Amino acid sequence: MKEIIVVAEHRRGELRDVTWEMLSKGRQLAESTSAELGVALLGKGMNPLAEALKPKVKRVLLIEDPRLEAFNPETYKKVLIQLITERKPFLTLIGHTAMGMDYAPRLAASLKMPLATDCIGIEAKDESLSLIRQLYGGKVNAEVSFTKKGPFMVTVRPGAFPVVEKEPLAGEIVSIPSPLTDEGLARRFVEFVEAAAGEVDITQADILVSVGRGIKEIANIPIVKELADALGAPLACSRPVVDKKWLPKGCQVGTSGKTVKPKVYIAVGISGAFQHIAGMKGAGTIIAINKDPKAPIFSVAQYGIVGDLFKIVPVIKDKIKQLKK
Amino acid sequence: MNIIVCIKRVPETTDADIFIDKTGKGIDKSGLVFDLNEWDSYAIEEAILLKEKLGGTVTVLSMGGEDTNESIRKCLAMGADDALRLTDSAFEGSDGFATAKVLAEAIRKMPYDLIFTGTQAEDDGYGQVGVTLAEFLGIPHAALVNRIEVQDKKVKAHRELEGGLEEVVEIDLPAVLTIQTGINEPRYVSIMGIRKVAKKEIKVLKTSDLNLKPEEVGLAGSDIRLEKLFLPPVGEGAEMLEGKPEDVATKVFDILKDKGGLA
Repeated sequence: MKEIIVVAEHRRGELRDVTWEMLSKGRQLAESTSAELGVALLGKGMNPLAEALKPKVKRVLLIEDPRLEAFNPETYKKVLIQLITERKPFLTLIGHTAMGMDYAPRLAASLKMPLATDCIGIEAKDESLSLIRQLYGGKVNAEVSFTKKGPFMVTVRPGAFPVVEKEPLAGEIVSIPSPLTDEGLARRFVEFVEAAAGEVDITQADILVSVGRGIKEIANIPIVKELADALGAPLACSRPVVDKKWLPKGCQVGTSGKTVKPKVYIAVGISGAFQHIAGMKGAGTIIAINKDPKAPIFSVAQYGIVGDLFKIVPVIKDKIKQLKK
Repeated sequence: MNIIVCIKRVPETTDADIFIDKTGKGIDKSGLVFDLNEWDSYAIEEAILLKEKLGGTVTVLSMGGEDTNESIRKCLAMGADDALRLTDSAFEGSDGFATAKVLAEAIRKMPYDLIFTGTQAEDDGYGQVGVTLAEFLGIPHAALVNRIEVQDKKVKAHRELEGGLEEVVEIDLPAVLTIQTGINEPRYVSIMGIRKVAKKEIKVLKTSDLNLKPEEVGLAGSDIRLEKLFLPPVGEGAEMLEGKPEDVATKVFDILKDKGGLA
């Protein structure tokens, strides 16, 4: 029987959203290709997670080992090489996340298995797969195919596939012996470190004003800060503003920063990379101000203003001050 | 500390209008400005910072055509010591896997303690080259690195995870690190600075110099092939607020009052 294996991603005892997204997509692919869906779960003390995964799959392939307590690409590679070599799934799905990006390319190269990374579309086509990826920061989509025969590995962009509720499956837990030994590792996990908390908690605000690359330089930040002040709102930002050290990390909205759900989110000079959108799409209402009418931010915003933020933002600030009185 | 930094010259598309060309497999690059991949500018800066602190050399390595010299010279002007360009028409169409293979063959002949790549490229965004390269070279790696401390024969690296979390790992040298944006502040390079390195030699190697066969590189040596490009479907889209700035501002105020509970 053909098999599709999703490698579960978990951190600090919790399964990550991308796992459920891959299982949902994996189930659809399994149904359309008459394959069985399995999930590989690697770690220590994984029983609660294995139980949670059971209804989503035909089988949970459980590899328990104290040496798998912290994620390490070396141990993951070793365990998954054994699993994939034995079970020969025709497709292995891994998250295109900080974790997946850290081991999938090595695992695929080691198995000489064709790999397509960061996919937002996967469809079975003949004996192969048709995939959609994004190029140029999401401005263009590309349909790609594999040049070689399967089995294949695909890494999946978080948030790209919705979790569709389906009839639960009677999954069984299959324990697989770990191939790991006490042999030394060239890379060792040390600890987790939380990014320093900001002065203001941007996750608690009703209104959030957020600034992006369009602000051009640090000297211009006060233009947007004054709008935020007029609204009594904290100032947030997108990644490029933090990368350039114009605002602290605690202000960053997006995949590698905070996820926010204010009643109103005002995006100023933010083009809307998917990593940013992932952190703010849950806002009640999104107002975007951007000079580029094609900016992706306008496809998630309810209201858009196309124009020069340096002209528009001060006028909005003055109007708010005037009307609030 | 001898560091090799793998870089790529890419079109700047953040603020540009993108048009798909007639072949349907490429974009019209005629009006685009090219520059050093943003992630790579942080990678080269990090290498130069380490060199300034610990001594050693920084070597720039890039697969690309002759026009890649422009980005290589930028790195030399920033403070890199040597440069090597891998150029061959056979490399065209290389995906992340084939690119890593070519880079690995070039690196095998070079001395190094550390190899940096950007975490990903702005154009094709595979995010796989550095980690695949580490596999080909048989050395450890860490991806998405946003802080590095070199210790004796090893490095302590911070990896950027989701949600503001970082993972600290210790890695034996030699190793590959894929560098995340924001790790440092890449230095500014003046036109004068680039002129100063205009005569510096950039060595060039092709497939036959690298112990590679043409069928191992380019599209033939790649895992994936581009079928066609298309513009991402747009959602329902925003209701555009138009008119004089004062009127637009009033509309924004009304929305804030209505949806945001603004007093």
